Amino acid sequence: MSNRRFVDPILAPLTGAVMLVAIYMVFLYVPNDKAQGLVQRIFYFHVPLAIMTFLAFGVVAVASAGFLWQGTRFWDRLAHSSAEVGMVFCTLVLITGPIWARPIWGTWWTWDARLTTTLILWLIYAAYLMMRTVSGPGDQGARYAAVLGIVGAVDIPIINRSVYWWRTIHPAVLVTREGGSGLSDPRMQWTLGICFAAFFLLFLWLVWVRNENARLRDAVEEMRHEMLTQHA
Amino acid sequence: MLALIRKDLQIEFRTKETLASLLLLGLLTLVVLSFAFDPTSELRVEAAPGALWVAVIFAGVLGLSRSFLPERENDCMQGLLLCPVDRGTIYLAKTVANFAFMMAAQLAIGPIFIFFFNLRVTASLLGVFLSLALGVLGFAAVGTLFAAITVRTRAREVMLPLLLLPLVVPIFIAGVKVTGQLLAAKPLADVAPWLNLMLGFDVIFLVVGWMVFEYAVEE
Amino acid sequence: MENLSFLFAAYAAVWGLLFVYVVVLSRRNRALEREIEELRSLLQRPPS
Repeated sequence: MSNRRFVDPILAPLTGAVMLVAIYMVFLYVPNDKAQGLVQRIFYFHVPLAIMTFLAFGVVAVASAGFLWQGTRFWDRLAHSSAEVGMVFCTLVLITGPIWARPIWGTWWTWDARLTTTLILWLIYAAYLMMRTVSGPGDQGARYAAVLGIVGAVDIPIINRSVYWWRTIHPAVLVTREGGSGLSDPRMQWTLGICFAAFFLLFLWLVWVRNENARLRDAVEEMRHEMLTQHA
Repeated sequence: MLALIRKDLQIEFRTKETLASLLLLGLLTLVVLSFAFDPTSELRVEAAPGALWVAVIFAGVLGLSRSFLPERENDCMQGLLLCPVDRGTIYLAKTVANFAFMMAAQLAIGPIFIFFFNLRVTASLLGVFLSLALGVLGFAAVGTLFAAITVRTRAREVMLPLLLLPLVVPIFIAGVKVTGQLLAAKPLADVAPWLNLMLGFDVIFLVVGWMVFEYAVEE
Repeated sequence: MENLSFLFAAYAAVWGLLFVYVVVLSRRNRALEREIEELRSLLQRPPS
């Protein structure tokens, strides 16, 4: 495939470069937050990680639908790769979140709507990956996982809404969006933007590497099969 | 489809195994949860809705995991699939049957729930019943789909709850909220948004399940 | 400044986990590539 020659030498260094810029901005460029102080800088990684993990699950859903529709290995590998990478990101969100919350609010876990939804998402990712493990090779397992991918993705917005209402006393009243981050300083906005870009590229690169892994595994399977039939 | 539902109900009536298990497990859960609270404390009344729904979910997962056992054990799945019906119809029939079983169990557990937690029997019980029906329907919709999937998977006793519980969180949250509010004698209008959420959940997942079921049972 | 240790913990966790994941993935990839090479040469050989 021609694009492999294209992607490999470009994506990895590009990701590295942008990430380096992001780190510089988070640690040396952006000013301290007035209210929260130094710890607030976790936010610049925490938020892009969160966005990416939800994006990853979106990819899982689309790839799952594609797999059920077309049945090609391409879609299945993509779904599995995105799920694994998404899981890693999700774990990081759930680690950085409490580390940020502890000094700011005094508790490790606040059951706030977004973090709780992320927790449920993590459980769905875990179920998806477990499903893959117990199913073994073959299309059937892939199909089951695809069903989970689609159902999960449809469910996430509903889960989000229900957890959000759970946290407010009167769900009938329209409550405005939870505590904004108060990004007054444009330098903060820039930093956040670069971090988004950095983690988006990281996501693309990791999915790419993981997908290569899946592709290679499929190739090995094919070759083994060929060997068996050749020497039959 | 009616024939399919009738078939499932008939199988159940013969042994009543599933119904009995649902009942007993639900009961047991309520009892155990009661031990978590001091009988005289205020906390019991507040915790009551939660206890009820935990019992519903626990027992429900068991009932669902058994719902495809007859097909699996006797290799009837092939026979079922040979029927000239749409896969989606099979799904709906199974879901209705599961729903019926769970609701039947709830009818028995409900009064016991009121006993255990010393709740006042007020008119709001109708609302509570409605929320139970909506919740169990949603639970059955998602549960039947994944029961069909996990019945053919390794470690199926673990996989079904693992898959199901995160997915039915909205039902659980809504159910507990509604039950709690209604038992505290709040008007039905207050809980309307939650009931709408449950209704939406039910409709959405009945449709999704109906569309996707064929992939769950394909060989 | 104890807040600094929280900041450090968060970033250490992020980079640690990402690093481990990347290393695991690349090791697996390289092993797979080796295996493909081996299999390829085995397939070239005529059946004995």
